[in-house]
Amino acid sequence: MTKVPARIVVLGGGVGGTLTANLLASELGRDASVTVVDPTGMHVYQPGFLYVALGQANGRWLSRDERLLLRPEVELAIESAERVDPAAGVVHLGRGGALPYDYLVLATGARLVPDQVPGMVEAAHDFYSLDGAQRLREALRGFDGGRILIGVAGIPYKCPPAPVEFTLMLERYLEERGVRDRSEVTLLSPLNRAFTIESASKLVQPVMDRRGIKLATFFNVETVEPSAGVVTSLEGEKAEYDLLVLVPPHRGQEVVEASGLGDRSGWVPTDPATLQHKEHERIFAIGDATDLPISKSGSTAHFEAPVVASRIASLIRGTAPRESYGGRVMCFLETGGGKATVLRFDYQNPPVPPKPSRRWHWAKWLFNRMYWNTVPQGRIPGFLERRA
Amino acid sequence: MTEIQITRTIDAKGMPCPGPLMSLIGAIREEQVGEIIEVLSTDEGSRTDIPAWVEKAGMELVEVAEEDGFTRFVVRKAR
Repeated sequence: MTKVPARIVVLGGGVGGTLTANLLASELGRDASVTVVDPTGMHVYQPGFLYVALGQANGRWLSRDERLLLRPEVELAIESAERVDPAAGVVHLGRGGALPYDYLVLATGARLVPDQVPGMVEAAHDFYSLDGAQRLREALRGFDGGRILIGVAGIPYKCPPAPVEFTLMLERYLEERGVRDRSEVTLLSPLNRAFTIESASKLVQPVMDRRGIKLATFFNVETVEPSAGVVTSLEGEKAEYDLLVLVPPHRGQEVVEASGLGDRSGWVPTDPATLQHKEHERIFAIGDATDLPISKSGSTAHFEAPVVASRIASLIRGTAPRESYGGRVMCFLETGGGKATVLRFDYQNPPVPPKPSRRWHWAKWLFNRMYWNTVPQGRIPGFLERRA
Repeated sequence: MTEIQITRTIDAKGMPCPGPLMSLIGAIREEQVGEIIEVLSTDEGSRTDIPAWVEKAGMELVEVAEEDGFTRFVVRKAR
């Protein structure tokens, strides 16, 4: 008698969804059918937006056909997921169909909601979407000096190093364009230091000082007045700009909210070690979608995927689960001028970043190039496995 | 205990710095003026970071209490 394969549905074709689906298909073979549901069918490499905004990369190399990144035995449904019914074990799709599941993986990512900040849509640029990055590139190309503010309009947000990286790289960009001496660059930090993680902040702060980049602390952007060119913070302070770059507020995806599977911001309540939904043992969450207090980044999803795949495989086979997530994350941090550092940490151990050097800048560059042929298949470029 | 009505509790125990403060800032954005938020934190940095932010933001630090293995911060959204 043949066993009926377990049905696994993965919502989202980003880093976490793609890798989990590939690992499950490889591990379970004929014991499972794996379906990825993604509204676009395109896999986007979001860390590249930063480079597009600064004219250092073309948007074309940032997306690939998701089908080509998935193992052939993984099904791909190019559909939006509208609602999950956890009691029935069904995902309702946008075009009226329904997908039953035995195990569900929420790899739905984060949603940008700039309209939550009055004035932001009209007045602010961002580098958190491809079109935002392209518009910012054009605005910077025409920038002839003045006050540039870089700020954060909501927490949590994806890739915590990004605002600092952008600020440091922008300063070099203005220098190269010959407009630095008539420009003022200010980073509006939501915390009382330049960067969320203290050890990294101590490394970044002297670089900012040396380059004459201003820092405003405890400045959580709340409103923008486009006509006056002023941003106001939750803390009650104001700052004037000629060019404004903001990290938009983030929320969980609509499907999570519509299904009652998220908290009040739409993040999935997730067990930090097993990555299971806190109320539904057959539902797992991964990457930006979770409510875990760690970086929302591709790297997080990358290290979580093997845990989710292994735990689902154990449940299907009735064996004891072997893997737990320990909070492992790895992020590069560009400091501009062709130098970078690297942050490696987990739940227990804060990062001890090395001094910025060319080595880590080239490592990041190489990683960006090697991404497509390594990460979705569960490989890490060898030069990153060695601890510095 | 007092008659303080806690609107929302953020259990940030085990969350590394600056998680507890960031969770508080996020909650303050969502709640109405007058609401009271409680943050439970095991992070050493919270003892300086949370009161510093509360003062800068013009919020009210109602109470800081050392409990068994964690610190409890009670903050009122004052404006």
